[in-house]
Amino acid sequence: MSAPAPSTATALAPVPSDGVLAGVRWALARDLKLAFRSRAELGVQLLFYVIVVTLFPLATTPERNLLSTMGPGVLWVAALLASLLSLPRLFATDHADGTLEQIALSPYALEALVSGKIAAHWLTTGLPVVLLAPMLGLQYYMDGESLTVLAAGLLMGTPILSLLGAIGAALTLGLKGGGGLLALLILPLYVPVLIFGAGAVDAVRAGLGATANLSLLGAGFALAVVGAPFAAAAAVRIALD
Amino acid sequence: MLEAQNLAARRGFAELFKDVGFRVKSGGALVVTGPNGTGKTTLLRMLAGLSAPAAGEIRWNGRRIEPFSAELRAVVAYAGHLPALKDELTAEENLVSLVELSGTSAPRADIDRALDSVALSHRRSLPSRVLSAGQRRRIGLARLLVSRRPLWILDEPVTALDAAGAALLARLVHDHLDRGGIVVAATHQSLGLEPSRVQSLVLGETVPA
Repeated sequence: MSAPAPSTATALAPVPSDGVLAGVRWALARDLKLAFRSRAELGVQLLFYVIVVTLFPLATTPERNLLSTMGPGVLWVAALLASLLSLPRLFATDHADGTLEQIALSPYALEALVSGKIAAHWLTTGLPVVLLAPMLGLQYYMDGESLTVLAAGLLMGTPILSLLGAIGAALTLGLKGGGGLLALLILPLYVPVLIFGAGAVDAVRAGLGATANLSLLGAGFALAVVGAPFAAAAAVRIALD
Repeated sequence: MLEAQNLAARRGFAELFKDVGFRVKSGGALVVTGPNGTGKTTLLRMLAGLSAPAAGEIRWNGRRIEPFSAELRAVVAYAGHLPALKDELTAEENLVSLVELSGTSAPRADIDRALDSVALSHRRSLPSRVLSAGQRRRIGLARLLVSRRPLWILDEPVTALDAAGAALLARLVHDHLDRGGIVVAATHQSLGLEPSRVQSLVLGETVPA
């Protein structure tokens, strides 16, 4: 073992934090890489989504009108549950192995790092749900327009689920039975997203147009994307203290 | 320079310590000892900015620092009980990831040299999950080496290291102090430093007279 030679760079200088984007990029890239390495777990979550959606027609009725009425609601509830199922992983593994301490001590803003983690969570759990939904919607005799609106609503709604969920996931860090508590904490907050998302499809079927519902979802997304990273970062700091 | 005045810590209603104060100059080390449960880790977490003291204040270069403050995050390297390694990543990927997280731009050569100095070059492509506890510790040492922070906070750094590892740690700490760095370590094993550079702080017997 040779003595570690100091590098040519100036030794022991404080590191300037260069911007928010670098922090977002680090967290996004790392979490995507980790997700890819443990992709079997993601597959399980998607399969869960597919199975829940498929169970309803089997358990209720093959009757066309009824299925097309309840289709959007079922697809949205399943999306909520799939999001909930994957939330504990967002911070808990980093908390358990000490990475979260290093993340909180990084010169990058914790809010930026948290945003990157949330983005990775959505890309690996939310986006696949959005892409699968139109296919699964066919089981419910939904027409083309309904499927388009369903996908559009999920595209705006699932990021809100990840953003709000991150707050809950951070708040329940280190608690025993955190998973159950997380569901109790977060599901009520998901209700507006569910109402406007499923409502958008109903509105189209009733001939009213989905603009109002989708606009509200968009507004909700804008609010969540601004507020949630700060709230989640604050909760992470509390969890570490 | 790292200073602390009248620090106190509580866990629930129990007081862990109070009236703890010290001043460590550039190039100096503070070794914290004391029986289990006297608040060594708590003190170190305070100094790293991970938790707030119940009373007192911590100063870095004369300026008071708060938990998670940007000034502190730019200078501190904290190596706690938890290794902060991802099982899914290889030893090298873990090191690169942690170094990038610390905001340091690390050229390949630095990473290679660091892995070399901790004797992990031949294990660099193994997933961390198959590494031994000592080897995981060594990745942490490599991180300290590459991220070049002025203030090292080390919680039981010798744990799980073999004799060669402990000697390596001693040399890293020695070189770090030579470069004007500061080390705060909670350890019961000797780091083999010159006594003139080391202050010692014993927790658990700071009963005020």
